[in-house]
Amino acid sequence: MTKNTMQRRQFLSATLATGAVATAAGLGLLRPQLAFAGDVSGWPAKAFDAKVLNDAMMASVGKTDVPVSPKVKLTAPSIAENGGAVPVTIEVDSPMTADDYITTVYLFVDHNPTPLASQFSFTPASGQAYIQERIKMAKTDNVRVIAKTSKGELLASAPREVKVTIGGCGG
Amino acid sequence: MADNIGNPMLRMPSTAKKGELVEIRSLIMHPMLTGLTKDKSGKLIPAHFIQTVTATFNGKPLLDIDWSTAVSANPFLAFKMRAEDNGTLKVVWKDNQNGDWSAESKLTVS
Repeated sequence: MTKNTMQRRQFLSATLATGAVATAAGLGLLRPQLAFAGDVSGWPAKAFDAKVLNDAMMASVGKTDVPVSPKVKLTAPSIAENGGAVPVTIEVDSPMTADDYITTVYLFVDHNPTPLASQFSFTPASGQAYIQERIKMAKTDNVRVIAKTSKGELLASAPREVKVTIGGCGG
Repeated sequence: MADNIGNPMLRMPSTAKKGELVEIRSLIMHPMLTGLTKDKSGKLIPAHFIQTVTATFNGKPLLDIDWSTAVSANPFLAFKMRAEDNGTLKVVWKDNQNGDWSAESKLTVS
């Protein structure tokens, strides 16, 4: 199972090595000064550079219509004064055993300039698919999570609206 | 900004019972610049952000994270691990400008 994680990074770095030039050229507009700057090996640039939620979902999850499951819990404040640091907590119900665990969790903000905010790849050693972090939100918007199990099943959280008083994309 | 970067911190219990879930909390100083903002002269400030966070325990993969520019400045991160063996948790943060930081913490399992 741990192998799985390693393979993902290795696979991505191999793909990026060949795709880097084409990708960098294609994305020249997005990060003008940094078209060739050092993206970390294995970092999924395509998914992170997608500018529309559906594209970001296709590039990461591979699907846009994922059924909502009560197993995926997403906690975020209903009102955030500062869109620059919105605390989110993600918890996915799973036995987290070698046979049945959450492999990946994707966190999206529907209308951020690039909707995919973070991607987490767990191992059974995690014990629980649990994350807490702070994200930037450009405006009042929905936050949502999609989790993928080791059996390939996809589960979504209900979208959670956060009202943002001051947008957080100035950073 | 650039002089206030790095200084990764890890907080977790130093002991745990076998099988117990341990929460790890981390913090690192980083501007997490989106590349969408402009400086005073109207020039775009290049994106500068942490792209990957990798946690291993005794060298074995535990958690791999990929971040976008949507993660807040000075990123806070909490995650969990099932305590099975004595050992060392290591977390490595890497940014898109070759920045590379790590922090370690030891766990004793009883």
